[in-house]
Amino acid sequence: MPGESAVRIGLLLPDLLGTYGDCGNAEILQRRLQWRGFPAAVIPITVDDEVADSLDLYVIGGGEDSAQSLAADFLARQPGFARAVGRGAPLLAVCAGLQVLGREFTTGHGRVRTGIGVLDLVTAPARDRAVGEIRTRPVPSLLTEALTGFENHQGHTTLGPAAQPLGRVEHGTGNGDGFDGAVQGRVVGTYLHGPALARNPELADLLLSWAVGTPLRPLEVPGLAELRRQRLSRPRRRR
Amino acid sequence: MTVLNRPSRGTRPSLPVRTRAAVAAGNAAARASRAAGLGRGGIIGGRVSLALQPAALAHLCRDREVVLVTGTNGKSTTTCLLAAALRPFGGVACNASGANMPDGLVAALAASPTARYAALEVDENHLPAVLAETTPAAVVLLNLSRDQLDRTGEVRRTENVLRAAFAAGPSTMVIANCDDPLAASAAMAAANPVWLSAGNSWRGDSASCPRCGSAVREAFGGWRCFCGFARPEPAWVLDDGELVHRKGLRVRLAPALPGRANAGNLAFAAVAAASLGVPLDAAAAAAGAVDQVDGRYRVVGYRERRVRLLLAKNPAGWAETLRILAPGASPAVLAVNAREADGTDPSWLWDVAFGALRGRRIVASGDRAMDLSVRLSYAEVAHRVVPDPLAAVAALPPGPVELVGNYTAFRDAAARLAHAR
Ligand SMILES: [Zn+2]
Repeated sequence: MPGESAVRIGLLLPDLLGTYGDCGNAEILQRRLQWRGFPAAVIPITVDDEVADSLDLYVIGGGEDSAQSLAADFLARQPGFARAVGRGAPLLAVCAGLQVLGREFTTGHGRVRTGIGVLDLVTAPARDRAVGEIRTRPVPSLLTEALTGFENHQGHTTLGPAAQPLGRVEHGTGNGDGFDGAVQGRVVGTYLHGPALARNPELADLLLSWAVGTPLRPLEVPGLAELRRQRLSRPRRRR
Repeated sequence: MTVLNRPSRGTRPSLPVRTRAAVAAGNAAARASRAAGLGRGGIIGGRVSLALQPAALAHLCRDREVVLVTGTNGKSTTTCLLAAALRPFGGVACNASGANMPDGLVAALAASPTARYAALEVDENHLPAVLAETTPAAVVLLNLSRDQLDRTGEVRRTENVLRAAFAAGPSTMVIANCDDPLAASAAMAAANPVWLSAGNSWRGDSASCPRCGSAVREAFGGWRCFCGFARPEPAWVLDDGELVHRKGLRVRLAPALPGRANAGNLAFAAVAAASLGVPLDAAAAAAGAVDQVDGRYRVVGYRERRVRLLLAKNPAGWAETLRILAPGASPAVLAVNAREADGTDPSWLWDVAFGALRGRRIVASGDRAMDLSVRLSYAEVAHRVVPDPLAAVAALPPGPVELVGNYTAFRDAAARLAHAR
């Protein structure tokens, strides 16, 4: 077990919501801490575990339709998860994870379900499936650099007044209304896979600075600047 | 080619006239396509035959002993091994080049109209349609895991589709890997499952139960879930290189192909051949001698490098391939593309444990070399980036080089290396 001093990253439901490489987000957070001298550990939390309320940061990913309902059932019976979010622990939710954390979503079988409600949003089925590269311009109060990822979903997400979008879509679909994702306190949701933090280190460091309570010094990762340059120059503006 | 039997001449007398005409037209189209330099021509010929006679697949399978091979990984290899196992005992129609949808099947069958046997790999999502048309002697189900992320064909949906097809089918024998929970879940619906314990090195997609969603656990005698879904008792076990039937029959396998997964593929080929009445030891020996499959595992010379070509398309395939890289520190080029045929989302790179490559000389390559580079950086694997796979090979010192590519990266590099010699 990692010592009390280690930053502990809770990887929620890798067995259910680990389809699109999103488990990589936890690995990225861990490395970015370790390379700066912070001991860090990833704590996987499977459907048979309990969510501890004491972890420093949580991530949840995307997955198949059937898994999404099981994930909602699971989180709904986890008081530890509710306490962690309630005290302001940072949380990154991607795709199906974003939908489950909203107030309402529709299952693959067309059933409308109550979500966990930590994000003020509802998701309804979109007419077409959104599959492809996505680029967004983030809200300037949080981030300065463009966000890039790959989206694969059929949800149309509408935010309520308590949530603000993470970014304005420059290419792709996102929530379906010209924006992508949601930010509410320290809960950040997005449709970006890639996984999201692999292509967007500024977002990774935002979550980490919330978790450790201090700004973090810049970090150079071999290949990352060139990957961003390629991904951000690739998709041309469509809308 | 070690994989293709000599094309037989003549058309089977039992084929209806319209089917015979459709097959002839398809074969002519295939020849024309090949003559025009448009590839091997198989699929176009099959498409022509099917358009002229929609029942061509059913008619071409009639009066033969057909085995369909499906699953996410190892289909082509197992089909190729099965064809080799059967060839000493009769002609074999085989789609070993991977054209595994109904048109490809028709093309392979039409190319060998008098062959007694057919060893056919079938795309897992097309198996129900093929089963509805044909009555194979056996279906081999190797495994089920995630493949292309940008497709909506999710692995659990595939499991459901196969399960329904097996439940609806008559008493077709299904030879399936009882160590893979998703494959086992589908095959349990069959009236006549034959369980083979061939091991399962990848559990990334079957950590949760396909029946209830809880965690599948390792238990004494194999995996089980608390809902009661558990590993079936195998009839055949691959144990330390020996294939053993519970009634005592046993044969030692000597696969020329490397790795644990290929030993499993050989076991499936041998059991499938034996299910057609072929002697097990002769079948296993013939299949074991196969040392390359459509260019894979082949070693080619290139500018004083001996390049071994390896294909890995998805996390399960990469897990297996990383395991069979030559022990020691022979350098490796990893080439990743994300074209249509590969799936355009390379996020799966993050589900591959590349950390196993630490200490080896690595070059990241392919269209998506930078995605791979960042993945390797976070896995703390030192590497260089050379986007062109052949230039990447040339950038390494003379000697042995492993070249691992996903689908189009492998295909293009193999074709260029074949011409570069
Ligand atoms: Zn279960």
